[in-house]
Amino acid sequence: MLETIPLSLDQVAAVAKECFDDGWRQVTMSAVDCGEAGFEILYHYDKDLVMKHYRLSIPKETVVPSISPVYFCALLIENEIRDQFGICFSDIVLDFGGALYLEAEVRAMPFCKVSVAEKQS
Amino acid sequence: MARTILPFGPQHPVLPEPLHLKLTIEDETVVEALPTLGYVHRGLEKLCEVRDFNQMIQIVERVCGICSCLHALCYCEGVEQIMGVEVPRRAKYLRTIWGELHRVHSHLLWLGLFADAFGFESLFMQFWRVRERIMDIMEATCGNRVVVSVNVIGGVRRDLTPEQCAWIEQEVAIAEKEIRQLTSTILNDYTVKKRCCGKGVLTKDQAYQLGAVGPMLRGSGWAQDARQTGYAAFGELGFEPIVEFDGDCYARSAVRFRETLQSLDLVRLAIARMPAGETATNVGGAGDDDTPQVIGGKRGDIMQAYNRDKSHRVVAAPPPNLDIPAGAIAAKVKGKPQGEAVTRVEQPRGELMYYLKADGSKHMDRVRIRTPTFANIPPLLAMLPGCELADVPVIVLSIDPCISCTER
Repeated sequence: MLETIPLSLDQVAAVAKECFDDGWRQVTMSAVDCGEAGFEILYHYDKDLVMKHYRLSIPKETVVPSISPVYFCALLIENEIRDQFGICFSDIVLDFGGALYLEAEVRAMPFCKVSVAEKQS
Repeated sequence: MARTILPFGPQHPVLPEPLHLKLTIEDETVVEALPTLGYVHRGLEKLCEVRDFNQMIQIVERVCGICSCLHALCYCEGVEQIMGVEVPRRAKYLRTIWGELHRVHSHLLWLGLFADAFGFESLFMQFWRVRERIMDIMEATCGNRVVVSVNVIGGVRRDLTPEQCAWIEQEVAIAEKEIRQLTSTILNDYTVKKRCCGKGVLTKDQAYQLGAVGPMLRGSGWAQDARQTGYAAFGELGFEPIVEFDGDCYARSAVRFRETLQSLDLVRLAIARMPAGETATNVGGAGDDDTPQVIGGKRGDIMQAYNRDKSHRVVAAPPPNLDIPAGAIAAKVKGKPQGEAVTRVEQPRGELMYYLKADGSKHMDRVRIRTPTFANIPPLLAMLPGCELADVPVIVLSIDPCISCTER
């Protein structure tokens, strides 16, 4: 089974900085739509061919701090997640505004799952 | 000085695939480069919701034609990890052989394209001529030239007979001889050095911090290669990565050229050490489906690779009988995967990573693919500022861009 380290929202940038300073390479991030439970974002790091994975669980509509000011290479990954899942990142060094793959007028998030929500009275 | 914004791509004579770069230039010097993607995005990851986990093998093989075998290998290793499957040793060696043949033909393809990028058309044709020999091996042993489709969950769907192994060794020896004849041209020719040395320099620190992978990383002095993790049979082959230190276009092409020869050695070594035994194992797992599902059981006629005119080059020998006994290619998958896994393999362009999440149903919950070109675009954006406009095509090509991989 995949071993992951839980990560809270306010730790994201600090942990990224810590990993950068310790010489970890940022491999990628993986976003998962968990339905009504929200999203999970996994941060994958590598050092000397050993990987570690942080797991961030967030409700939908949460704005996540970008790690691209620390790891420049994260900018494409975060923009891709924004396109596919609609997760917004604050302070991306180069923000495509949801138009990395999609046309600017597209509003649907193609990788989100269809779920049924209770109608608000 | 006034700045000009120049579009580079998505259609450009040098680019094999559609990448658009918005280049800001001052006089003839690039000061900024911004990428635009999305021309060939297909949403293949999303298909895991409508294709079952066995069918996804055929989907991921089509993420990239050039390294289809390695996508399938990475995916299958992930599912096997989740389901706790131990792949037979012979299957691991067969995966290694076909994976390294893919690396050879990919590098030869790139070396040809790279030579063409700076106008060396005869060198381009020489590399592609040698590549045909590797494609013929693929066609003769797998039934297809590019998307070979040999990996299944639990092993491989095809085997190699001793006659086929001997024939492959002969072909590989001739290919090596032909490639070695090109050594002085690709590594020492005045034109090649003039266009590549000192161009698109990526320092050792930059390469690591910007997340470069594959020949990009190794060309900048890092001895890091996913094959060192020992996946497939690499743990038993004593693999050592090839490293160059200058970090320029020349270093990256030298890494790929030397890796081509190294991969041919690995193919020979894998054939020599390949044990006898099964090529696939039956797979159990979580779930309530007790009906074994036979995958890959139907085999079409294997195409004869040497039925075309081969008068333009040396032929070692006609391929041996390619028939595989019925049943030898079937693996039974029982149950469904449940859990998560991260797997990595070394594609020709660099490290490929899959994150898989399965919830015990026949569909994967998430298939996340991080391809090497995706990782190499940020380093490219760092390499371009400061270069001459005339060097942009060579620098872009030096990352070996595969945009269909990148966008999936």
